[in-house]
This record gives sequence, C-alpha cells and structure tokens, in this order.
Amino acid sequence: MASLKELRNRIASVKATQKITKAMQMVAAAKLRRAQEAAESARPYAERMDGVLANLSSRVTDRSGASPILVGSGKDDVHLLVVATADRGLCGGFNSNIARLAREHIRRLRADGKTVKILCVGRKGADVLKREYGELIIDTIELKEVKQIGFEHADQIGQRVLAMFGEDAFDVCTLFFSEFKSVMSQKPTAMQLIPATLPDEEDDAPEVSGATAAYEYEPEEKEILDDLLPRNVSTQIFRALLENAASEQGARMSAMDSATRNAGDMIDRLTLVYNRTRQAQITKELIEIISGAEAV
Amino acid sequence: MADTFKFELVSPERLLMSEIVAQVLVPGSEGDFTVLPLHAPVLSTLRPGVIDVVLPGGRERRIFVRAGLAEVDPESLTILAQRAVDLDDLDRDWLAQEIRNAEEDVADAQNEDVRTAAQNTLDRLRQIEEAL
Repeated sequence: MASLKELRNRIASVKATQKITKAMQMVAAAKLRRAQEAAESARPYAERMDGVLANLSSRVTDRSGASPILVGSGKDDVHLLVVATADRGLCGGFNSNIARLAREHIRRLRADGKTVKILCVGRKGADVLKREYGELIIDTIELKEVKQIGFEHADQIGQRVLAMFGEDAFDVCTLFFSEFKSVMSQKPTAMQLIPATLPDEEDDAPEVSGATAAYEYEPEEKEILDDLLPRNVSTQIFRALLENAASEQGARMSAMDSATRNAGDMIDRLTLVYNRTRQAQITKELIEIISGAEAV
Repeated sequence: MADTFKFELVSPERLLMSEIVAQVLVPGSEGDFTVLPLHAPVLSTLRPGVIDVVLPGGRERRIFVRAGLAEVDPESLTILAQRAVDLDDLDRDWLAQEIRNAEEDVADAQNEDVRTAAQNTLDRLRQIEEAL
C-alpha cells in the first residue's frame, strides 16, 4: 500500500495533467471552429471548378490529344502517394488511421509489383511510415509554422507534384487525407489526383441545363482544360489540407475530452484510496494507544 | 430588360464578392471584354489584370486578379480567381514581390511557351505598377 505522501503526489500530478488536457480540448474546439469555417468557405471555388471541369471534359471528346494529367502517362508502374497528416500528435487515432490506410495501399501496390514513392505532408505521418517504408519516402513537407493553411501552401505541393509528373517520375498519384465527417468521426480517404478523376466520371453530376451547352470558349476548350487541370490538382490538395486541418482538431478535441474524463475518474479512485489509507492509519494509531493503555 | 446581373468573385480560400452589378470589365486571356446583362455565354481564362466592377449606383470597384477563369451566362458572371486583391488594398511592396516572382518564372522557364506566358505576366504586372 502506497504511503499517504505518495498518494497525495499522484493526485496532484493527475490533477495537473487533467488541467492540461482540458485546456488542449478547449483550444482544439476554438481551432476546430476556425478550420471548419475555412473548409466551408473554400467550398464554392472547388464546386465551381468541378462544374466547369465536368462541363469541359464532356465537350472535349477527343481524348487522344488531351493533357496527360487527365488521361495519365499510359503506364501504371510507379505510384506516388501523397500522405497528408498532422504535424502534431495527441489527436487520437487521426494520424495512425491515415498512415494505416496508406500502408495497406502500399502493401497492395507492392504485391502487384509496382514501384511506390511517398511524399509526406506533415511530420507525424512520416514518423509512422519511416519505420517500415523509410527508403520509399522521397521527402517530407512540414507545415508546422503555418497557422492558417492558405492556397499558396497547397499550390507549392501541387507544383511540386506536377513538376515530378513532368519529369516522368511517376504514373499515378494518390492523395491520402482524412475527410471531416463530424467532430466525432473522421474518415481516412484515398483520392486519385493524376490521372484526374473528373466529377462526372465518379458520380452522376446534376445534368447541366441546356443553356450551358452553348458556351463560347475563349481560348479553345482544350486549352482551357489544359490550363485548368494543373490548377485543379492544387485545388484538390488545398481542399484535402483543409479537411485534414478540421479533422485533426476534431480528433484532438474528442481525444482530449476522453483524456480529461479519464483523469477525473482516476482522481476519484485515488482520492478514495487516499481517504481509506488515512482512516486506516488513524484507526491503527488509536488501537496502538488503547492497547498501550490497557497493558498498563 | 434587366439592367443588372449577378457577379461572383471566388478565390480558393473563400467567396470574395457576391453582388448585383451593372457591368464588369474582365481581363480575358485573348483580350479584355466588358460583360453587360444578357451577355452571350462565354467561358474564358484570365490573364493577370484588373477587374473593373460597376455597381448599379455608378460606384466602381477595381480588383486585381492573378490568373483565373470567367464564366459568363446571361444572368450571371462567375470569376474563379487564383488570387484576388482589391486595388485599394494593393500595395507597392506586394506588387514588387509579385514582379520579382514573375521575373524568376521567366528566368526558370524551360521551354518557349512557358517563357512567353511568364513574360506576358511580367509585362502586365509592370503595367499595373505604372498605373498605380
């Protein structure tokens, strides 16, 4: 049985931990609101982009001369996985869920005899993947200094991916991130960036009205498409990063909430043990005094 | 006949402007064009330049955009801009930085097409700097 002093110390330390987790939870809640707002205000752009791309790609029927970003390089040998995670830990299963999805993907690709390259965005994902697939990681981009993710950050990553694609360094690019479903649930998701999956191919986009078919294009459809596709890569990455930021805060908030609750339970248990020990000690002392008096 | 239409300016970060306007001058990549109500549907890419928005009262707003896409149909105009800054907020330092970036782009260009595009961007930026 631990001594009273030890118990007192433990209770104090658990209380201090609880204060920290509580503060982290509140900070995460405030950040979550901001991240959610950012994700929501980025939606109009992405939606319109999708709309225009769907419209354009339905017009450009001759795919033979189309941009390789749309049709791919014609091979399927080298896969680039862009794994976007957080730079900080203490957010429940957030980072490990994304890493696990990526790992399953890598295993499947390697079993099929493909070459895999990994580009990590965020330090935590890199830490997890380094153990098993360290030699596959070509670089890690850290966004730790960044308070609010701006389009330029996503654009940098996008340019980098496109430059690699231009050098024929890979054939297929897949982006891993966590989709923000709600505060309680985040879904790790894999999305193919190159060759681009256009909205109309994935799901039936709402049929555009007859008027849109009569657009005049300036310059030609194909040129607009070629101009738009690289930009779409950055847009998709931007969207993924924003979703990730919101998911991270959501995951951290619920993780810290349960940590705070656990600390509360632990304090209750320890207090009970402390009081029992204290009373036992008092009783013991009384017995000693009484038996001493009786012996006289 | 309608004398106004809906104008929306969207950047990747957020919806910057959503207003009923009378006319908008758009810097299209094949030449500037003015959009009035009931304009024929056009889809055009943009070059860096200034969008001149005229509000119904005759008030004007000038916004600098850096590359983007304009979607025109009879009742509305949507501009997807990669970057947009109100001309009143535009300061020389920022523009100077943009010009330096553009100069680097020209220097880094690997083929003729890219260089021409970068050079055009640079020229436009210089013009805007002079206009300020």
